[in-house]
Amino acid sequence: MLVNQFLILAAGLFALGVYGLLVRRNIVLILLSVELMLNAVNINLIAFEAMIRSSDAVGQVFAIFVITVAAAEVGIGLAIVLMIFRNRKSANVDDMSLMRW
Amino acid sequence: MSPWILATEEAEQAVEAGITGGFWADTAGIMLVLPLVAFILILAFGKRLKNQGAELAIGALAINTLWATVLFIQNMTEGVLATYSFEIGRIGSDLVFELGWVVDGLSIMMYFLVSLVGLIVFIYAVGYMHGDVRVPWFFAAFSLFAGSMLILVGAPNLIQLIIGWEGVGLASYLLIGFYWEDMENVVAGNKAFMVNKVADVGLILGAIILGLAVGTFDFFEINTAAAEHLETLSTVAVIGGVLLFFGAMGKSAQFPLHIWLPDAMAGPTPVSALMHAATMVTAGIYLMARMFPLFQNLAEGTRPWMVAIGAVTLFALGLLALVTDDIKRVLAYSTVSQLGYMMTAVAAGGYTAGLFHLFTHAFFKALLFLGAGSVIHAVHSNNMSDMGGLRKTMPTTYWTFVVGSLSLAGVFPLAGFWSKDEILATLGSEGYTAVMWIAVAGAFVTAFYMTRAVALTFHGEYKGHGHPHESPRVMTGPLVALAIPAAIFGLLNIPGVDLPGIGNFTRWLAVRVVPMGDHHAEAIDFVIAGSGLLAALLGIALGWRIWGKDRETQVERDSLEIPVLYPLLRRKYYLDDLALGVVGATTGPIARLVNWINDYVIDGIVNGVGFLVKGLGSFVYGILDQRGIDGIVHGLSAAADGSGSAVRKWQTGRVQQYAASFVGGVLILIIVFVFVT
Amino acid sequence: MDWFETWGLTLTVFLPLAGVLLLGLIPRDNEDALKRTALAVSVAAFVASLVVIAQFDFSGTPYNTYQFEVNETWIGAINANYHLGVDGISLPMLVLSTFVMVLAVIYSWNHWEEPKNPKTFLILMLILATGLNGTFVALDLVLFFIFFEVVLLPMYFMIGIWGDRSPRKIPGFGREVQTRLYAAIKFFLFTLFGSAFMLLGFLALYFASGEANETGVRTFDIVELTDLGAQGAFTGRFAFLVFGAMFLGFAVKVPMWPLHTWLPDAHTAAPTVGSVLLAAIMLKLGSYGFIRISLPILPQEAANWAPAIAILAVTGIIYGSLACLAQSDMKRLIAFSSVGHMGFVMLGIATMTDVGINAAVIGMVAHGLITGLLFFLAGSMSHRYHTREMSRLGGNMKLMPVMGGILAFTAMASLGLPGLAGFWGEFMSLVGAYNPLGGLSLGVFRTAMVLGAVGTVLTAGYMLYLLQQVNLGEPGDEWQGRQFHDVDRFEMTAWVPLIVLIVVIGFYPKVIFNATTDSVVSLVKMVFG
Repeated sequence: MLVNQFLILAAGLFALGVYGLLVRRNIVLILLSVELMLNAVNINLIAFEAMIRSSDAVGQVFAIFVITVAAAEVGIGLAIVLMIFRNRKSANVDDMSLMRW
Repeated sequence: MSPWILATEEAEQAVEAGITGGFWADTAGIMLVLPLVAFILILAFGKRLKNQGAELAIGALAINTLWATVLFIQNMTEGVLATYSFEIGRIGSDLVFELGWVVDGLSIMMYFLVSLVGLIVFIYAVGYMHGDVRVPWFFAAFSLFAGSMLILVGAPNLIQLIIGWEGVGLASYLLIGFYWEDMENVVAGNKAFMVNKVADVGLILGAIILGLAVGTFDFFEINTAAAEHLETLSTVAVIGGVLLFFGAMGKSAQFPLHIWLPDAMAGPTPVSALMHAATMVTAGIYLMARMFPLFQNLAEGTRPWMVAIGAVTLFALGLLALVTDDIKRVLAYSTVSQLGYMMTAVAAGGYTAGLFHLFTHAFFKALLFLGAGSVIHAVHSNNMSDMGGLRKTMPTTYWTFVVGSLSLAGVFPLAGFWSKDEILATLGSEGYTAVMWIAVAGAFVTAFYMTRAVALTFHGEYKGHGHPHESPRVMTGPLVALAIPAAIFGLLNIPGVDLPGIGNFTRWLAVRVVPMGDHHAEAIDFVIAGSGLLAALLGIALGWRIWGKDRETQVERDSLEIPVLYPLLRRKYYLDDLALGVVGATTGPIARLVNWINDYVIDGIVNGVGFLVKGLGSFVYGILDQRGIDGIVHGLSAAADGSGSAVRKWQTGRVQQYAASFVGGVLILIIVFVFVT
Repeated sequence: MDWFETWGLTLTVFLPLAGVLLLGLIPRDNEDALKRTALAVSVAAFVASLVVIAQFDFSGTPYNTYQFEVNETWIGAINANYHLGVDGISLPMLVLSTFVMVLAVIYSWNHWEEPKNPKTFLILMLILATGLNGTFVALDLVLFFIFFEVVLLPMYFMIGIWGDRSPRKIPGFGREVQTRLYAAIKFFLFTLFGSAFMLLGFLALYFASGEANETGVRTFDIVELTDLGAQGAFTGRFAFLVFGAMFLGFAVKVPMWPLHTWLPDAHTAAPTVGSVLLAAIMLKLGSYGFIRISLPILPQEAANWAPAIAILAVTGIIYGSLACLAQSDMKRLIAFSSVGHMGFVMLGIATMTDVGINAAVIGMVAHGLITGLLFFLAGSMSHRYHTREMSRLGGNMKLMPVMGGILAFTAMASLGLPGLAGFWGEFMSLVGAYNPLGGLSLGVFRTAMVLGAVGTVLTAGYMLYLLQQVNLGEPGDEWQGRQFHDVDRFEMTAWVPLIVLIVVIGFYPKVIFNATTDSVVSLVKMVFG
């Protein structure tokens, strides 16, 4: 089974995610884009697993890792976003540049 | 041969025979030390003494004179030859520095000269400096000078000579600038010190080169090596000799390093008398004499040049005495000219001739300076235009001054005649005939300007406002004391004559370790002697003709052309008037031209170099150091600062920018890994 | 006194440090107790060094053998030991160091500069004393480096806190800073820059010694490294780089042209005692390092570098003298004169001969005494006049005759008047330059000799200029009616020993040569054959 379609799909999703990460101003949407990138990576991993069919199901295991980490990261990320929103009444990432020189 | 004849070959036998000094020579070192002790004691308690420290200074020199006289008599009768040195440091595996003293014909003469003339001048100075400022310091510095000069002439090696040499330089700086409240005097002192320092470069380098060639700085070793034509020495003898001569040129005011001497008259007159007439300036001649075997055996090539310089000094600079109004400057130029005589003589090979002239010159020049001081003290001015007619009110000063002037001019039978004649004879017999005639012409000029000085100062009428009177006994006594040797000391060296029991000056000088073999006259050459005497008498006669008359003002008496020109036109048939006119019309302008060159060209270069060096100093400091080198240092720190400021702008705090950087970096890495490798 | 054999040098080095602890316990307002303790401690160190002289064997032991040696294991892991020792070359330096420190403490008795804080100042002086004394007797590279660096901190604080507060424009950059802050930072960083490279050199030697050593053990010990060096163990590119690295460190301290620019700023900004200690002793660390470390361990390389060092030295002489003539600040003029004098010292070392190195050692001693005294005088004068501008000073002889007289004397000593201590170093370095080590370019060295002689003329020029501007003439109008206190008894007590020594060494340099000549002769023979 060829993996090409899946790679193209993953690449497309990844590109969408990068675009969203760089362009969006709402921080929740940025987090969403990051999630999209992570999911694209997952698709990639599963596709390659399907191609090489390793004995330890490496690709699927790694994909589970990614999902777990993504979940944790989203939890903390959204918590931080929530705190910032409560303090500043704004979810615009351009306003959050305190850690500058 | 009588036991005391120790010339040439016999000198070697003397050393082998072990002629030593005896008690007085063994302890001669005390002469070198006493004046320095006096210096320190005067600094410590001079102020509290009745005569402000003069007692200590005079006491030290009196003891020295005693020692020196005993040694002198000993040398006259039986010859004294001894040297002592003790080590003050071993500086390398085989190089040693020593101090000590030498007792031989040359140094005994110098000890005697320095001590006796010094003593007389010190006594005079008690009167001259009475009531002046800083009298204790005067006698302290003066003692320092005497001590340094004795260290110089008693030096057994080049190192001690350099110590004494610079010591007299220091003392002359201190004393020329004695009245340092007036900046002009300070500048004069600086000039003397700096010109001598420039010359000292030659002295130090010459000493190093010669000393290292022989392996020791000791004079006897170097001279013996020169006499034996040591290989290592002959390769460097010329350059070493030239360098030493350069050093001597500074101290002995040879052309063109003479420029400090006239300005040095800024110091009190006793200082001029002792330092710049009788002793300090003769240090250069002394050095040439001490190193005579080197110039005779290995560095002959340098001698014609030395003679030439001496000749220029003798004549051209003597002319300057004709156009200056300051009586001390007249004597100063005269000193420079006489130093030219001495240098020419020694360079031509006339060891005895040059030194004999040094000997007699010390007495009559000191006499002249002290006399001038007496006059200056009376009229409170240095200028001859403020003087006139002083022989009536100051007879002792007048007569002693005349004796000194006649001796300087070289009039028979005074001392200067004999010494100058010996120089002329030496020049003639060594083949420097042209120079000899220049020297004869110089004798004319000498007599000429001295007559001017005597006439303007003592003759005519006094037109000033003060009441000049004779100086006190403490000042006139020394004048008389010096007039006697100035008159009769010539008889100590009549060519071919040996005084009964004591020989003559030539023989006394011949007592040294390394034989000389120089020319000294065996009999009077009447042609040469007559030429010299004639030139002197001509000068006196002509000078008297021009300046002997009195006029309304001193200034009028001194104006040369106009009174001469008209009488010449009216009395053109009289041969004496013709001679007077030709000589008078040419000598004046030539002298003024030389004076102008002196002030504007040579002194202009000196002053110009001074400003140039100062400007160079500003440039080196301001541009090269502060802007250039320090600029690099500051630039580095500015660069660090700047690059730091530039780099930190990257931290904007905006997350999306950071993310964009990540993405960009990843892309680049992908490109690199996929397409390049 | 057997225990003194082992403990003597440790006493001279660490007694001042013990004094620091004592001073720390005394409350800061008890000025009297502070001063007495400091004096007692520095006198004790000086006395210890005198005992060292008394028990020193002057009979001429070969080079690389030391007396009063102490060699205890210290940092075994890198074979760095507590190794002290003194020989003919370091003995005069050690005595100079302890001696001048005593004089400095005496001088400071009632001369405290703003902000007066005698306790801190004396503590810093004593730490400085430890560093200085230690450097001269250290025989282990790590120990040497530590003492070498220890002197930086006290001096930095002395300049930075007690220094000249007037503002100064940095030429070419337009910014204005306080002189003391600028000078302190410049001094510290500049010297540290050189020392960093010097440390690299030391480490390189450490590693190379392991290969060169037959036992294969690496060592920091100067004595062992000298033995290896004399056998020619370090050569080629390695030696070139190591010598260059150490050259940087020592040359900045000397100071050699063109690494000298820190010196004028440091000297003018520093308080009087700071300037004195800097000039009299600290400058000697650099040239001492050349003689003790660079030359014996890397002799062939030193001979290769010798012409370059000679050229730089002569440049320093001429350059320093010329720059002096352009100064209007008295202390800055004296600072540049130090550049000139150290040029003669380095010229002596560059000749690689016994006469030359001997010239350097006596030159160092003489310069320490003379320039130390000059800075004392300059400091006292600026304290009374509240200015260092020479155009405003003038006629000092009239206002303060004793001080003026001592200034004239010291100026004469500084210009190398024969009969005073300064002459020997200058003259002998010229003697050495005439006949440098066999194989070295005669052209370069003899030209250097001539230029050095010309340098003496320039030296005379600026010293006479100094005297003319400051001492002679009439005092300016602004000083009319002011009463000036001439030299007081503390200043006199501090200065008379220096004056006496300058004259004694001037007429009888054997007091120095007795110690140095044998060591120097045997050093040259050992490393150059």
